[in-house]
Amino acid sequence: MSVYPYLVAAWLLGIGLYGVISSRNYLHLIMCLTVVQASTYVLLLSVGYLNGAKAPIFADIKLGSRVTDPVVQALTLTDVVVEATVVALLLALVIQAHKRYRSLDPDEMVRMRD
Amino acid sequence: MIVGLFGVALVVAGLVWAVTGLHSFGAEHSRYGYYTAHRAVPQRQTTNSVVAVAFDYRAFDTLGEEFILFISVVGVVILLRGLRGEREERPEEELVPEQRRSSESERWLGVALIAPVTILAAYIVTHGQLTPGGGFQGGVILMGAIAFVFLGGEWLILLRLRRGARWAEIADAAGAAGFAMVGFGGLIGLGAFFANFIPSGTAGSLLSGGMIPLANLAVGVEVAGATLTVLSELLDQRLLSGR
Amino acid sequence: MSQLAPLAVALPLLGAALLTLGHSALPRFPSDLLALLAAVVSAGMTLALLVHVGGGLTVYWFGGWRPREGIALGIDFAVDPIGAGLAAFVSLLMAVALLYSARVTDVEPPYYHVMMLTFLAGMVGFCLSGDLFNMFVFFELMSVSAVALISYKVSQQAALEGGLNFAVINTLGGFLFLLGIAVAYAHTGALNLAQIGDALHRGGNDHVVVIAFALILAALLIKSAVVPFHFWLSDAYAVALAPVCILLAGAMSEMGLYGLGRVWYAAFGASMAPQAGTVRAVLVGAGLLTALWGSVMSLQEDHLKRLLAFVTIAFVGVFLTGVGLLTADGVAGTAVYVMADGCGKALLFACAGIVQHRLGRLGQRALHGRGRHLRFTATLFIAGGLLIAAVPPFGPFLGKSMIEDAAIKAGYGFVPPLIVVCSGLAGAAVLRAGARIFLGWGEPSGSSDSADEATEPEEEAQRDRTPAVMAIASLLLLAGSVGFGVWFGFADLAQTAARRFISGAAYRAIVYGAPARHLHAGSASPQWYDWLYCGGSTLLALSLAALGLWGRRGRLGRVMERADSLAAPLRHVHTGRIGDYTAALALGVGVLGGLLTLTLR
Repeated sequence: MSVYPYLVAAWLLGIGLYGVISSRNYLHLIMCLTVVQASTYVLLLSVGYLNGAKAPIFADIKLGSRVTDPVVQALTLTDVVVEATVVALLLALVIQAHKRYRSLDPDEMVRMRD
Repeated sequence: MIVGLFGVALVVAGLVWAVTGLHSFGAEHSRYGYYTAHRAVPQRQTTNSVVAVAFDYRAFDTLGEEFILFISVVGVVILLRGLRGEREERPEEELVPEQRRSSESERWLGVALIAPVTILAAYIVTHGQLTPGGGFQGGVILMGAIAFVFLGGEWLILLRLRRGARWAEIADAAGAAGFAMVGFGGLIGLGAFFANFIPSGTAGSLLSGGMIPLANLAVGVEVAGATLTVLSELLDQRLLSGR
Repeated sequence: MSQLAPLAVALPLLGAALLTLGHSALPRFPSDLLALLAAVVSAGMTLALLVHVGGGLTVYWFGGWRPREGIALGIDFAVDPIGAGLAAFVSLLMAVALLYSARVTDVEPPYYHVMMLTFLAGMVGFCLSGDLFNMFVFFELMSVSAVALISYKVSQQAALEGGLNFAVINTLGGFLFLLGIAVAYAHTGALNLAQIGDALHRGGNDHVVVIAFALILAALLIKSAVVPFHFWLSDAYAVALAPVCILLAGAMSEMGLYGLGRVWYAAFGASMAPQAGTVRAVLVGAGLLTALWGSVMSLQEDHLKRLLAFVTIAFVGVFLTGVGLLTADGVAGTAVYVMADGCGKALLFACAGIVQHRLGRLGQRALHGRGRHLRFTATLFIAGGLLIAAVPPFGPFLGKSMIEDAAIKAGYGFVPPLIVVCSGLAGAAVLRAGARIFLGWGEPSGSSDSADEATEPEEEAQRDRTPAVMAIASLLLLAGSVGFGVWFGFADLAQTAARRFISGAAYRAIVYGAPARHLHAGSASPQWYDWLYCGGSTLLALSLAALGLWGRRGRLGRVMERADSLAAPLRHVHTGRIGDYTAALALGVGVLGGLLTLTLR
């Protein structure tokens, strides 16, 4: 129990990376990058979790009660924005590639180049 | 792809090995986290300590992130406009396929939802320092509200967005500049960049947290503008492809 | 005065946002001028910071959040001479690149200028930051701006591929960095480098620390394009605009290495210092591998920019060797070499850009002899080639000899000859290309090995005159490369800066509020064997270039063909497929982690 959430992050990293390596479609490749992204979020948030604690919002709960770590949550917030925008940029590149090559296959692009 | 599989296995094995050495899930470990969670409210009069960390303690990170968002949108615009420039000559009216007008119910639902969603977005942006939410989340919802204009209206309005896209870009840049200006305000007011130069107010009220509501506003404007710009560029691509 | 630190980052950012606001109202010239002004102002600020810092360390806390109860609450900029110096160098290079791009036609105002300014802000922020996550944010800002700048010429087929490969590989690097930060934060409870260092100093080395370091190190090495993470660089540099290449080659390549040094000395070195020998071996090994790979590949390339890309990779290897020695002398030598050689590589890219501007193409075979009338460019290009081969007594010579001295002192005596070979090979590639294009020497090469059809022929209009701004920018770069070494006082400054850089314990104490003592250090002048080594590499470069030009006949020709075929497998590894590049990345990270666990013995 105490280490499983971290293992989830490692698993996501593994399948995401393998997906990027073996991908034959650029959209699939970008989605695999999103999976690796998710592994970083899971790891960050699992690190900050506290047993029996509530969210660090004191609007409803008393000051001084047990709350989870807000720092990793702020980091994940920053992270999500950064990586969503990178995905947007990558998708724009893929749209261009599709217009040009009529194909989303990375191997196809290399073949057409030679 | 044996090489790849082997490499991935090594990396995953390494990460697994590392995490087995960490504190067990759910145990307490970070004084930084504890300190910010339990001092944010007294010091900054905000009840949302995540927003306090992101917009006050670590506001400079958020500045960098704002500009990453900004520059990605600029990149998307540059990349997709290069394509659009090829077909600029065709008049707008030709590009609206007749059979693609939205149905009556679609339009009514779209129009009906615009106002509530906008109010929701405004609520989330302005209450960032009190409850979960803030500029990022509210900005995206605001973009959704404007997207309902497309659903609720005709496709020509959608095309007019090409002009409107200019406003979205301006909002994007203004939001980013606004956030930077908040930092400068701290520099001018209190001598340190991103120092909280506005009085903190009382916890639980709308204007608590000092500069945090201002920063939230700037972020909300920027995120709404940025996502709208990306949306309009992608929609333009759809129209150009004639489908 | 220390307020300049945040301003050096915030002003370019604000400028970028304001330029976008004035979008339709700003034609080419005002955009150029405003961007150039922003870069010059930023350069001025970082130079003033450098002077202010001197031999000490200035700490600037954002938001006024000073550490309480030993916890660093806010983000800090911990500015030391190496950081400020690199930031200043990068800003000056950006100003030169913006000057150069005033006459490049593919530039679309104001977006290009906006991207350049955010790129500048990202690099300056990365150099000055003292917080691990803050470094990551600026790392990403650099990456995203670079992706946008590289993919700029969307009409060209190869630009898309180069941009995609670059984007995917660098994004994966960012994820690795983030995973490393998560593990480090979980282990130490801190994001501030000094606080992490303190926690590691108390806790000592264990497998968690090693893996965190391996992940962060991998991310930084990916950014710097160290073998086996380098595949993206040749694709990307080949298609980027010339001023962008100037920046990428002269500035961004060494960012990763700077990050490596900073993270090691401020944080991880605190716990891994007893095993520094193992880390040193790993880093120097990777550096030498990269240098050899890059220099051998540069001789194989026909396309001028791809050739220069591999030259860049080769020199990143040498820089890594210098930093990887983990001594003050190594750091000092690398600092000098980075500046001098950075200007040299930038000069070569600037000349390549002029060639492209005037002649429209970049393949050596296609351009054979057609550059005879470009006498100014020819002189600069040949001078650049000689400079990077470390011809004494100029800038690169000084840097190289400092690195060689450091290697010998650290017990790595076999390193200098290898560096000689690498810079000789790289210089030969450049000189041979220059002779072919500008002097028409050598037979029009018929050997198919060196043909490079990886990129479309860039059929652009041919123009009659080299624009003045391009010429001035190139001259400035030449002056930089020559000048950094001619003035020996520079070596002393570098030594002072290096001593400050490696004193991790002092760094941590000063960040927490201890006063900074100003260090002074002197440096030895190059020894007789340095002159020998660098003279040797120059001669090697000249003779290999001559062999390449005229030695294709008879027995000598057969020997050359045998040598070419030995290097052929290397070419086949550069497939252009993103899946292969990622596989190499994964393998590289795994092997790096595995090697670093040797420190646990």
